[in-house]
Amino acid sequence: MTALLERGGRRGRRPRGRPLLHTSYKQDMALLDTPGKRRWLSALLVIAVLAPFMLTDDILQLLAVGFVASIGAIGLNIVTGYAGQISLGHAFFLAIGAYTAAAVSGDPDGKVIGFGVTSILVWLPLAGLAAALAGVIVAPLATRLRGLYLAIVTLGLVFLGEHIFKEWDSLTGGPGVGRPSAVPELFGIRLDEAGAYSKEQKLYLLMLVMLVLFAVLARNLMRSRVGRAFAAVRDRDIAAAIIGVDLRRYKLLAFAISSFYAGVAGALMYTVAGYFDPGSFNLLLSVQFIAMILIGGVATVSGSIMGAMFITLLPRITRELPGVLPFISSESKDTPNVFQVETVLYGLLIIIFLILEPRGLFGIWTRIRNYWKAWPFSY
Amino acid sequence: MKEDVESAPILELADVRLSFAGVTAIDGVSFGVRPNELFAVIGPNGAGKTSIFNVISGVYRPQEGRVTFDGTDLLGRRPHEIASLGVARTFQNVELFANLTVLDNLMLGRHQQLRYGALAGMAWLGRARKAELAARLAVEDIIDFLELEQWRRHTVGLLPYGVQKRVELGRALAQEPKLLLLDEPVAGMNLEETEDMARYILDIREELGIPMILVEHDMGLVMDLADRVLVVDFGVPIALGAPTDIRTDPEVIRAYLGEAS
Repeated sequence: MTALLERGGRRGRRPRGRPLLHTSYKQDMALLDTPGKRRWLSALLVIAVLAPFMLTDDILQLLAVGFVASIGAIGLNIVTGYAGQISLGHAFFLAIGAYTAAAVSGDPDGKVIGFGVTSILVWLPLAGLAAALAGVIVAPLATRLRGLYLAIVTLGLVFLGEHIFKEWDSLTGGPGVGRPSAVPELFGIRLDEAGAYSKEQKLYLLMLVMLVLFAVLARNLMRSRVGRAFAAVRDRDIAAAIIGVDLRRYKLLAFAISSFYAGVAGALMYTVAGYFDPGSFNLLLSVQFIAMILIGGVATVSGSIMGAMFITLLPRITRELPGVLPFISSESKDTPNVFQVETVLYGLLIIIFLILEPRGLFGIWTRIRNYWKAWPFSY
Repeated sequence: MKEDVESAPILELADVRLSFAGVTAIDGVSFGVRPNELFAVIGPNGAGKTSIFNVISGVYRPQEGRVTFDGTDLLGRRPHEIASLGVARTFQNVELFANLTVLDNLMLGRHQQLRYGALAGMAWLGRARKAELAARLAVEDIIDFLELEQWRRHTVGLLPYGVQKRVELGRALAQEPKLLLLDEPVAGMNLEETEDMARYILDIREELGIPMILVEHDMGLVMDLADRVLVVDFGVPIALGAPTDIRTDPEVIRAYLGEAS
């Protein structure tokens, strides 16, 4: 046994059938700490990379939006799930990212503000930083307010933002008109124009790379001292201070990082559609993100992705409803219509998950995994 | 022990007064804790024992008096600053991070020892990774010291109360404190658990040499372990001395048993 352990420790290999037997702390602290996780994630990534060459463009477009929404959901999960600061203001930070990116990359001679710097490498970090700055300005509220009170204040942020963006025509184009979204250009290649590959294929791959990057960064952060400090602030703030966590600093950090993610997501989100309207950044958008993390799984990165994909694909499913249930109309002027059903579903799903599976899709996944781990024994 | 008596106190409270809207919680408490001393604070319920701890760790700010730790004035400092100076504590009602594992709770104790920022954490390259590994090794020592091996991966909120108390002690030890404040470490424990905890307290003292202040209702424990005892009643200090003297002090007997009628 000792010889086995020593060998395993040096080579980092483990005996078969003992996926949880770790023989060094390095192994123990690894992000993908079992061979199973490594294998399944690699398989998933291979499928994701091959998907653009097998799926139709409209599905790719939907998945690309889902990937971007996932980045935003991870962002919300950082501040609300990990650090426990309930934020209904996510739509506001998404808007700041979207408008920063659109303005930086926009046509300088167009009707709305634009500076003509189209490289993603420039506008994406800027969009994130602008939103992070807004987050830093809002964060001091979180050091004064808790729970419901903070939720209400961040809710106010959404209405404030919605009003500003609707009135500020020169930046946003005004309600009902909108403006072109950020121009995605990477190393001189326009990703929103068809070339050797279609626009959807290129954007899909861009979003996939971005999602993997931001998901890994978030996972790393959450297993670091910063992530633990977030959880400490969430679970017991007085105890957190007593062991040396600076509450103000970490609430600020949580808002800044979360808003950075939101800014990035906002900047990328509308490049798929090419156009966006100031009316998009309303309370419903914030609620959708709350739904994503509640349905996906609070304080998990993979749960955020599951939830975001689920909520993004939901309209696609409800659109099929009129075929099955003829009394539901697909026209927005009739009642009941699919859009109403969709909104009701968000609320219903939040309630159902909160009552039946508070750990969300991630919790369901863990349960399935544990079942098969123990199979054929019940526990 | 002789030279300890002569050495300068590591913590000194001078004439501390704390009141909440007219209710005086601490009324002129002064004492000093010497290096390597096990100092106990006892008193009836509501005597202000925990308030003294809250003043030392920066949760409450007294209206009058001075609190000096290791040559630094503690008054007006925020709790996390006091923690970084080397004061660690446990709570009367366990204040652990219930959703985290024992390991994460202990690693949180090393928050101050780990010195890297959010960006380094995100990248998880050389510096952060090395620091985390070192912290993990230090935490394993504490797991070994407090015999928490079997609970390492368990979520703290689901553990038995006695184990939770031990984890909380471990978290305080992970801070590598220069002074340890123990608020009723054996409250609600059975005899066996109490004896275990007493053994850990003695081990901390002998192996790690950390001075401690103990607030406790279990008189047997206090009389057996403490070097000196301070008795408070309604925020007022009524006696200070060796356990044997305290036991026979008429003021103390009056406070605990009431006036002879």
